[in-house]
Amino acid sequence: MSILYAFLVISALGLLLGLGLAFAAKKFAVKKDVVAEQILEVLPGANCGGCGFPGCSGYAAALSAKTAPNGLCPPGGAAVAAKVAAILGIEESGTSEKMVAFVHCRGNHELSSLDYQYDGIEDCNAAALLFKGDNTCKYGCLHLGSCIRVCPTSAISRDEKGNVTVNPELCIGCKKCTLVCPTKVIRMIPARGSHAIACNSNDPGAKVRKICKVGCIGCMICEKKFPESGCKVVNYLSEIDYGKPMTQIAEAAQACPTKCIVEAK
Amino acid sequence: MSYIAILITYIFINNFIFTQFLGLCPFIGVSKNSESAIGMGIAVTFVMGLASLITYLVYHFLLVPLQLQYLQTLSFILVIAALVQFVEMIIQKNSPALYQALGIFLPLITTNCAVLGIAIINITQGYNLMESFVAGIAGGLGFTLAIILMSNLREKLDLSPVRKAFKGVPIAFVSGGLMALAFMAFDKALLTNLLG
Repeated sequence: MSILYAFLVISALGLLLGLGLAFAAKKFAVKKDVVAEQILEVLPGANCGGCGFPGCSGYAAALSAKTAPNGLCPPGGAAVAAKVAAILGIEESGTSEKMVAFVHCRGNHELSSLDYQYDGIEDCNAAALLFKGDNTCKYGCLHLGSCIRVCPTSAISRDEKGNVTVNPELCIGCKKCTLVCPTKVIRMIPARGSHAIACNSNDPGAKVRKICKVGCIGCMICEKKFPESGCKVVNYLSEIDYGKPMTQIAEAAQACPTKCIVEAK
Repeated sequence: MSYIAILITYIFINNFIFTQFLGLCPFIGVSKNSESAIGMGIAVTFVMGLASLITYLVYHFLLVPLQLQYLQTLSFILVIAALVQFVEMIIQKNSPALYQALGIFLPLITTNCAVLGIAIINITQGYNLMESFVAGIAGGLGFTLAIILMSNLREKLDLSPVRKAFKGVPIAFVSGGLMALAFMAFDKALLTNLLG
């Protein structure tokens, strides 16, 4: 008899609790946004934050609510934007071209001089608090790898000399590294750009020559001799206007006395 | 036993984490930042308080009359599992952010031995309904205290230079062990000194 009671009690308890839960599930049901879920499926799912929303689900919800424009997803690019447009039933628009991060500095502890020996914790922003870092050049890369640690795709690496480079194949354009960098030496360039200026210094040429062997000295050879290269010197620093045709950029790179115009790939 | 004595007993003297070593899974898993630690603490406190009440009723009004006391573990697990499901629904409805932060650890409260622990302790200690409820809440508060202390410690640890082999969970376990040592300072003598 007692075994029957045991069986009945546990069954009844289970049934009661099950019914209670079923009732609660109806009462507390969360309405799911079907469109947002569909969009979330086509988004890359890297949760990099490159769109400016908290992760892919945040952007999907904003897209579904029509509060955000399509095409903000840097890793997805045009392909994802097209899929999202199909789901939302809107015309594809505002797809920006793919941008990748680039470290605008080739200096290292052999090629450029130091003000002092930094022995603190391995973080660029910590080093930047001490006289803007150990480099004499206050515009350059601090080589402590804060960007490496925030990169969601491990696209940034550092060689044995300390030079930090971005692999454009792996870069998804989320801009996290540009935000964490204290000297803003890592910036976005178009992925199609064949060349980039590997210097970030606004110091005058004479000072750059003294403290770094590979810095832009603002000699203006690229701008004056190769007007079609797209180079323009502002504040002793050459900059490439990627909107221009850039037909002479290879010649300008050849002629640059410090070889500061480098291939971006 | 007065309610204050029960409170002090389960928050400090018999702290579930530091003295009885129950519920260590969420203690390590959700203590990475203090915000989700507070959320987890509140959720566990809520579940423990409610579980104490309902398991008391189930035991004394269902199992004892039918002389089925040997089914207590089975029926308690059933009740706790259903309760956690219910809490999960409420949190998902009212606080999606907390729901995301707690993630897998919310359903894991089901298997949190602290919840089953308090239900069984209530029975073996012979507490009445109100005492059981207070013990459940106190146990949950003790858990919350432990997980908040731990999360603040771990936020500091993240910024300190820790040897690579110890980074992350290992140093968390070592710190947890040291905190447990500190909690040994609370013993029964505290109760007699405080309440006479």
